[in-house]
Amino acid sequence: MSQLQELYQEVVLEHTRRPRNFRKLEGATHSARGYNPFCGDNVTLLLKVEGGVVKDVGFQGSGCAISTSSASMMTEGIKGKTVEEAQKLFTAFHGMVTREQGADFDAELLGDLEILSGVSEFPTRVKCATLAWHALQAALTGRMDAVSTE
Amino acid sequence: MSSVNGKAIQRATPKVTQAFDPSQVRDDFPILKQVVNGKPLVYLDNAATSQKPQAVLDTLLRYYTTENANIHRGVHTLSALATEDYEGARAKVRRFLNAKEDREIVFVRGTTEGINLVASSYGRRFIGPGDEVIITAMEHHSNIVPWQMLCEEKGATLRVIPMNDDGELLMDEYDKLLSKRTKLVSVVYVSNSLGTINPVREIITKAHSVGAPVLLDGAQSTPHMAVDVQALDCDFYAFSGHKLYGPTGVGVLYGKAALLDAMPPYQGGGDMIKSVTFAKTIYNDLPYKFEAGTPNIAGGIGLGTAVDYVTGIGLERIAAHEDELLVYGTKRLAEIEGLRLIGTAKHKTGILSFTLKDIHPHDIGTVLDQEGIAIRTGHHCTQPVMERFGIPATARASLGMYNTKAEIDALVLGLDKALEVFS
Repeated sequence: MSQLQELYQEVVLEHTRRPRNFRKLEGATHSARGYNPFCGDNVTLLLKVEGGVVKDVGFQGSGCAISTSSASMMTEGIKGKTVEEAQKLFTAFHGMVTREQGADFDAELLGDLEILSGVSEFPTRVKCATLAWHALQAALTGRMDAVSTE
Repeated sequence: MSSVNGKAIQRATPKVTQAFDPSQVRDDFPILKQVVNGKPLVYLDNAATSQKPQAVLDTLLRYYTTENANIHRGVHTLSALATEDYEGARAKVRRFLNAKEDREIVFVRGTTEGINLVASSYGRRFIGPGDEVIITAMEHHSNIVPWQMLCEEKGATLRVIPMNDDGELLMDEYDKLLSKRTKLVSVVYVSNSLGTINPVREIITKAHSVGAPVLLDGAQSTPHMAVDVQALDCDFYAFSGHKLYGPTGVGVLYGKAALLDAMPPYQGGGDMIKSVTFAKTIYNDLPYKFEAGTPNIAGGIGLGTAVDYVTGIGLERIAAHEDELLVYGTKRLAEIEGLRLIGTAKHKTGILSFTLKDIHPHDIGTVLDQEGIAIRTGHHCTQPVMERFGIPATARASLGMYNTKAEIDALVLGLDKALEVFS
């Protein structure tokens, strides 16, 4: 598989075409907006956190295939997880897409998100892949202003 | 030849071709032989920055190897040599723009600094509450933000000439905007995201009829067409060296001497003074009044070589070649289903800005990069243009003198590949 095919796997493209949890979430307790001024990608993330658990999540916005699919997969990955688990997932995901060539990452914890591991071969696209994740961090730590990946 | 005394130093002389031959020009640019991601480099990002011919690279190396010294007031040989070359570059730029006098050529970091210089110096002195500054809907952020900052500070108003769906200015609307309140008109000669060549002669004549001076952002015009600032009768003209096949970090602000003379200094420091006491400082003459501190000496001299190189080939021939490529590229891209060209003005330079179906330009850029094709994707520092066309971004291929039809074909193949990946 070429690097390009590894980046744009069918699962990734499927998430781009049909993003999961792509909606305005009613009754959100946490929210944050992520913006990448480099390419104009933006994502608004809404979370419903109850008893320390991410009960529901929704996102809206527009972006490239990588940022949209990453946001979509993230919402699936964090739903039902505790805030602490979601933050661990952020750390693991960030580590995976920014790792040096050949370095290990926590595939077990990341599960389906491993499909985006090819991003690490494209340093200019790391910001796309992490946009929604930075918004997640901002939402969970209560920062209501827009986060920027620049 | 390496003797410094008597200036017996090997001078890099740019290759001058009689008939325009892209392949011979290509030989002058060593980077074009690079292999990127296993493919020969196809460099189509010239509006962002151009590549540098060997003559410019040689100049930089020669300067640092044989005559590096600080310029002006130096009593030693190297300082005199460096000064002579630096001021020689200024004279080359003066001839290149057909300015009247060398002192009308101010070296700056680039177009952005040139515009900021005018906004800070001319703007702060001559623009006040209730006054108006006119720009266009297709400005680069560098010709928007300095004026917004000025207007905010002075209580002045920024007016914007709108454009049509082809990316052409609505000149009737310009007529309506002009008034006695208009104190400056600052317009882009050639749009970096659309390629539109604006009717600057008409803009200038009309501005002058209400007494307003005109600044032309020449970042995208200078590398692609012959510019004569006296024939244009523009009051200021700014451009960047690095888009003109010269080094980064150096550019030029041309200003009519009378205007520059009437303006206060931009920055204070060394070189811009005649005498300093704690009681009073007497500013230096033009252009040094605007050149505080040690400038980019190597860059300035390198820009002089770039000007020689471009002049040696001839801007008319470069323009003719790029125009032929633009026509070919426009035709080839139009054959691709789902491709929408953004910027379809009648008069334009070699800018091919487009969207392709619903594929995000960023993804197009990554696919092309894997084919060794360098284009730019995003808003190109013209967010209001993107908003005007209702798109977040475009993919942009921008042409330079060394590009070929084969490279356009490679671009089309690359876009086919993008369509395949995202089908």
